[in-house]
Amino acid sequence: MSGERQTRSNLAGTLDMSWKDMSWLLMGLLAAIALYAAPNVTWLGTFPEHWGLPISAWTNAILAPMVVGLQGATRVLSQVIGAPMSAGRAVLDWTPWSTVTLAFFLLAYWTAGIRTACFTLASFLYIVSVGFWTPTMNTIAQIGLAIPIAILLGFAIGTLAARYPRLNTATQASLDFMQTIPTFAYLIPILLLFGFGPVVGLITSIIYAMPPMIRNTILGLQRVPPELRESGRMSGCTPLQEFWWVRVPAATPQLLVGLNQTTMAAFSMIIIASVIGGSQDIGWEVLSTMRKAQFGESLAAGVVIAVLAMILDRVSCGFTQRYVHGEQFHTNRYFWIASLGALFASVALASLVPSLWVWPDAWVIRPAAPLDTAVDWITANYGTSLNALKTTAFYYFLLPLKIGLVQAVTPMTWGLSFDGPVQIGYWAIAALAVGVATVYSDRAAASIIAVIAILLFYGTTGIPWPVFIAIVTLAAYQAGGFPTAVFAFLAQLFILVSGFWPAAMLSVYLCVAAVAICIAIGVSLGAAAANNDHLSALLRPINDGLQTVPQFVLLIPALMFFQAGDFTALIAIILYAIVPAIKYTEAGLRNVSPNSVEAGLALGCTKRQMFWQVRLPQAVPEILLGVNQTIMYALAMLVIAALVGTTDLGQEVYIALGKADAGSGLVAGISMALIAMIADRVLQNAASSRKAALGLPV
Amino acid sequence: MNFQLRDAYTPHPVSSNAKLACANLWKVYGPKVGYYFDTKGYIIDPQLLAKRMRDEKHIPAVANVSLDIPEGEIFVIMGLSGSGKSTVLRCLARLLDLSHGQVVLDGQDISKLTERDLIDVRRHKMGMVFQHFGLMPHLTVIDNVAFPLKIQGKPKQERLARAHEMIELVGLHGREDAYPRQLSGGQQQRVGIARSLAVGPEVWFLDEPFSALDPLIRRQMQDEFLRLQKQLKKTIVFVTHDFIEAMRLADRICVMKDGFVVQVGTPEELVSRPANDYVRSFVGDAPLAKVLRVGAIMNRHIADEHRAIATTKISASAKLEEAMTLFRNESSVLNVCDEEGQEIGSLSALQVVQALAAKSRIAP
Repeated sequence: MSGERQTRSNLAGTLDMSWKDMSWLLMGLLAAIALYAAPNVTWLGTFPEHWGLPISAWTNAILAPMVVGLQGATRVLSQVIGAPMSAGRAVLDWTPWSTVTLAFFLLAYWTAGIRTACFTLASFLYIVSVGFWTPTMNTIAQIGLAIPIAILLGFAIGTLAARYPRLNTATQASLDFMQTIPTFAYLIPILLLFGFGPVVGLITSIIYAMPPMIRNTILGLQRVPPELRESGRMSGCTPLQEFWWVRVPAATPQLLVGLNQTTMAAFSMIIIASVIGGSQDIGWEVLSTMRKAQFGESLAAGVVIAVLAMILDRVSCGFTQRYVHGEQFHTNRYFWIASLGALFASVALASLVPSLWVWPDAWVIRPAAPLDTAVDWITANYGTSLNALKTTAFYYFLLPLKIGLVQAVTPMTWGLSFDGPVQIGYWAIAALAVGVATVYSDRAAASIIAVIAILLFYGTTGIPWPVFIAIVTLAAYQAGGFPTAVFAFLAQLFILVSGFWPAAMLSVYLCVAAVAICIAIGVSLGAAAANNDHLSALLRPINDGLQTVPQFVLLIPALMFFQAGDFTALIAIILYAIVPAIKYTEAGLRNVSPNSVEAGLALGCTKRQMFWQVRLPQAVPEILLGVNQTIMYALAMLVIAALVGTTDLGQEVYIALGKADAGSGLVAGISMALIAMIADRVLQNAASSRKAALGLPV
Repeated sequence: MNFQLRDAYTPHPVSSNAKLACANLWKVYGPKVGYYFDTKGYIIDPQLLAKRMRDEKHIPAVANVSLDIPEGEIFVIMGLSGSGKSTVLRCLARLLDLSHGQVVLDGQDISKLTERDLIDVRRHKMGMVFQHFGLMPHLTVIDNVAFPLKIQGKPKQERLARAHEMIELVGLHGREDAYPRQLSGGQQQRVGIARSLAVGPEVWFLDEPFSALDPLIRRQMQDEFLRLQKQLKKTIVFVTHDFIEAMRLADRICVMKDGFVVQVGTPEELVSRPANDYVRSFVGDAPLAKVLRVGAIMNRHIADEHRAIATTKISASAKLEEAMTLFRNESSVLNVCDEEGQEIGSLSALQVVQALAAKSRIAP
């Protein structure tokens, strides 16, 4: 026995190899064989359809009776929620625009101060003067109902979960799943249950917006120091008193974080849900004009959404800030009396001056026409360069990733054909790179280079599925051990047999392309911002803006200049997903322990050495988490990018939505969630093992 | 050595003059705690029982602790982290449910009270001060102090008046409207003390109240605490990991280790007769001159040559520290008297030096 172990360790010692390395080598061999055989063995190239399982159909078969059974109840619920929403709409519609504007001005002033109040005033004047008043009011009526319901339900569920550990486990698991499932996917069952109309948007948005409130409630309640709860009990609190007078107030800063996140999520989802709601709200305004290629109109409406999002963010953040810093609100009686008086006065005034009640049509400014002209002008003058950018990116970056160099390199585009000698040269360079990486860096780098080489050669759609599955499973094993590998394998198997593999590979392709660019630009920007306070100050509002604005709106500028297609989707995804790459890199580099920076200085590091040898290695775990977030964001945006004509899983979900085909929609959605979960587990594990290696708290 | 009981299950008799007492108190963490205590009639050594629990993946945080605390005493529970001292305190305050045993307050067993009755006991008889203050971050100083009264539904006027009184008592006048985060640690703990006294408790629990403070502030707060106690005469259970602090404050000290009580006694008893090496290892740090009394080391036989030169008198209950200031030269001798002023012995400077040296040497 010991002799055997001796031999093995001797063997491993001589080769200086662990089992993990050997498994990579073995995989490499298998991959080579599979890749070599693929052109001749069809099932290696494309997964045969008759091997799959009709999972979508089964899902439909299960869902159909449930829908029928629940429909009675849901129709009633729909009425119950629909009634106050219609009432809200009616009230907001009736109220003079000047009164509504004044009310929001006062709200913004009360919570966030005079600057936000002025911004609110300007925004509402913009909204009314460009003629989007009614759709905006309809949207506000929706979120006015969605936000309080989402917050109350989230608080209730979070409280229960914080109270009962078992419920907590279940809640956390379903929250994790809900957050990775694309938004459109669970629109479909809700659509089936509740029918078309604004109520669907409302319900979806409540469901979508609840998780942050639940999470923050659990977190806040659990983080109340035990001593504080004990001090409450020793003061003689009954359990109810302890909850409401000790725990809830102590958890309030965290609850307010939840309030802010839930508010933003609810708003974002209300906008997205107009895809199926289609009822005179501002999201619909953007979408319908976008479909008609009226980009000026669409942008003008998009700006409304953007400013509304900013107002909501400022107001809820302002509220939190005030509370946390313990500043006195303007809660004195006079403020309230004056406000109420002003509101009534404005109604009275509006009844005398009709133009204060309803904004006269004659006053409406249409920014669409000049905007369109401007876009046309840009296209006319810079169209060639924009096109050149698009074509270059397409032929030299997107296409190789999608179908591989082997197909993308043609004499027409690259000026050479990818035949015998070129291919040999390619593999020679790749092998050289792998060799250099093995000698000068570590095996992880070498494996990554090898995988990239294979990927570039065949493209995500060209790579045989067994090879892809093997690579991903092995990477999962490397990062997270056996359980992660099993999960990765089963998840991919699910996608494969459910028939969504080709679409999934297209998603992977777009996602990889976007993430690669996000990392290249985002990490560099983040690193630069970590060293430069001015740049950091410049980037912060841009990042915040990109994160605050509903994802939907980011499609508009991309679409205006580049028309529908992969490249437009790519731009929109990058706009959204680059933010975490920048933020995490900067935070990671800035938060490197000052002790080691000081030690580096004392040892005489140059600036360059300080960055590469002291700060960057310690920031790696944080950067990995940023990459992870970037992937999550990219996948989330991918679904919304289906609106600009992609062909991937997101599109499958979108098509299913149009056909109200819950089975396909859910299975495609779940496939997407599974991709996200694999990436998440691999990167989280990699980040935590790096952190552990650096002795940082995991 | 007062845990001579060999049986973990036989109730330890509760002393009748104790204000607060516990008998055979166990607090065990683990999946099947009840299993160890449903074997009535068996006799088992507590140490062996605790060992068996540990072997079976249970944690006996408090093991067979029996204590009697008379009214008006400052009773200090001293131990290192993990010794179970805070757990004992929380069992006495009934913040935790007991695994086994009794807690008796004013002759009433409070270990079996319903939650409702317990709340009543806490509202009127108990006050507690916490290591990290346990102040409500969202309430001002005055509202924090008035919080226990608010809980009871006392009218606003009354509770604010009482809270003002307490704030005055701890010397925080003028900071009533500050929030806890605007105060220093020492000030925050004063708020904690004021709050714990607001309901006029009979039993006062203090859980490492000064451990989170700077040494200088800690010293001040200890003096403040002694001043308050002189005025208030509460029955006090004070938990600390600091032996010196225990020596300074305690009427009696209970030393704990691994859930068990190692020794209970006055500071002097601990110093002069440590129960084992564990207690002895702390005694080395003790300021002996402040702890030992003249009576403990004096010479009971009064030699004639001493009688001739001893002119200064000192009480037998005085600390050595006081005696040291009275010696005039290397050969001077003090006359030791009892309460009535009767001469009962003598004390030479050499004796003091030897006593201090000998006691220091006992430390490893």
